[in-house]
Amino acid sequence: MMTKMVLRRVAIGFATLIVVSIIVFVMTSILPGDVAQIILGQSATPETLAALRKELGMDQPGYVRYFQWLGNMATGDLGISKAGGATIESLISGRLGNTMVMSGLVAVISIPISIALGLWAAMHPGALLDRIVTFGTLSLISVPEFFIATILVLILAVELHWLPSTAYLTGEETFLELLRALAMPLITLVIVVSAQMIRMTRAGILNVMSSPYIEMAILKGVPRRRIILRHAFFNAIGPIVNVIALNLAYLVSGVVVVETIFSYPGLAKLMIDGVQTRDLPLVQACAMIFCSTYVLLILLADVASIMSNPRLRNPK
Amino acid sequence: MTENSELADIPDKDVLAEIDAVDELPTAPPKRRVKLSWLGKVSAAIVVFWLVICLIGPSIAPFHEMDIDGDDGFMGYHTNEYGTFYLGTDYLGRDTLSRVIYGARNTIGISLASTFLAYLIGITLGILAAVKGGWIDMGISRVNDAILALPTIMLGLIAIAWLGSSIPVLVGTASIIYASSVFRIARALGQDIMVQDFVEAAKARGEGAWWIIRSEVLPNAAMPLATDFGLRLVFVVLFISSLSFLGLGVQPPAADWGSMVRENLQGLPYGSYAAIWPALAIAAFTIPINLIVDDVSAKSGGSLASKMV
Repeated sequence: MMTKMVLRRVAIGFATLIVVSIIVFVMTSILPGDVAQIILGQSATPETLAALRKELGMDQPGYVRYFQWLGNMATGDLGISKAGGATIESLISGRLGNTMVMSGLVAVISIPISIALGLWAAMHPGALLDRIVTFGTLSLISVPEFFIATILVLILAVELHWLPSTAYLTGEETFLELLRALAMPLITLVIVVSAQMIRMTRAGILNVMSSPYIEMAILKGVPRRRIILRHAFFNAIGPIVNVIALNLAYLVSGVVVVETIFSYPGLAKLMIDGVQTRDLPLVQACAMIFCSTYVLLILLADVASIMSNPRLRNPK
Repeated sequence: MTENSELADIPDKDVLAEIDAVDELPTAPPKRRVKLSWLGKVSAAIVVFWLVICLIGPSIAPFHEMDIDGDDGFMGYHTNEYGTFYLGTDYLGRDTLSRVIYGARNTIGISLASTFLAYLIGITLGILAAVKGGWIDMGISRVNDAILALPTIMLGLIAIAWLGSSIPVLVGTASIIYASSVFRIARALGQDIMVQDFVEAAKARGEGAWWIIRSEVLPNAAMPLATDFGLRLVFVVLFISSLSFLGLGVQPPAADWGSMVRENLQGLPYGSYAAIWPALAIAAFTIPINLIVDDVSAKSGGSLASKMV
């Protein structure tokens, strides 16, 4: 039963990836002026254009090119950037690592903070701290990432001079310098992601709190703190894991803005530069990486919520 | 047509009020009256304030959005022969206050237009799918799932890489992206309502699909959709201003809150608040909307947290 459901979810995830690749390919391929025209520029004559199109395989019908492109993507051949002619792998390789380091650190810091604060708020619903947390997180999820980043720069960099306002890396920093450079984007992303996670954790726990066995525990006179830590928390783990995976997926959009504002040399910054110069092969590759990560994390969230349901885990 | 029905409603309401006063109708449905808390009322006042600014902005702004009248870029409060710069000037020496006021028009206007369009597309297709079912439902739902499976900012970036950045592209992209979530809600609501007795009765009477949608389904789906509208509007504002902030949305010299933050960010280290004001303006528009939505949905059962998923 469970295996079947998980397999079904994986199959849907795979199908989604295929659709995603079609969307990315179609949107970036049907353009006024194709790659051959861009490469040749002003010097294009109908003959050289036709010759180059043939060389690039562009005289083939659309679906053939799609499958070629998909095959190349799958084997790691991402193509050649329009600007400068470097291979996209070489552009991406270092950047991808930087973005993964940043996202990993954000996850490591924000998950424990969010679960602790969410639990704390759920333990005392309606209390002052709960009201502050609820109002604060609602405000934080209502503002754009760059608002939080701008305010942080104003306070921590301009007024207090504690941290640098950019996270530009030269590759020769000591560990401490690296930490200082990363601090601002990290704090911004942690705030953005935590606000969402705290709200969902709190809601998840309060949802479990309305089930009959909790009522039983309350009637027996078990203290609220104990009910939450011993009863509600373990039953809310599934939803919470789900929340974590979903929010790591939301990191994708946060990363785009935060890398730009702090000029952090990550994959998202590379993609924005690609969009600005309309370097479509580069945009295709980056979009595929981001979208696949997103789809995989959403899949993980779904599988986690299936696995955490005891009725599905132990079929009768 | 509408005037007539409104007129016809007035005696009805009086009769209903009398019946309510007698309190002898045990099965009468609970009245859907939305009472806001004080926070909700303050929020509603702020939202109305911004809408008024959108309408009359250009006539109350001290300067034109593109006039370079200030003494210098990134100045604080100062007065010269052209007038007083209450919030200082931006990087080019334009009045920040006037640009925030003009920017309301662009940011809120584009977002409202996109959200309305998203609703038009989403509700039409959603209710069509619910009423017609079959392969129409299947087809629209699959395309919809694919759009929902992607991060919105990625779709925006791909669309702009594809078509370049202009206001029609922004409105189009935002409305298609957010129509997908509206579609899902409208379809679910529509399906719920389609199996209710009064719809079955209308079908049995031989009413057409369009009549059922207009007279039975839409009035009953209106309230949940209205709450969702606020939530969706906030998402669209965040989406549009994030793109503008990245330099891919509203293009200069037009004033837009997201691009104003971007333009003036370089002044921050020199003590200029020109980037802070538009950022605060966005917060002062989106936070009140979410507070109202939270207030309304807390009273009607669901919480905002479950809707944000």
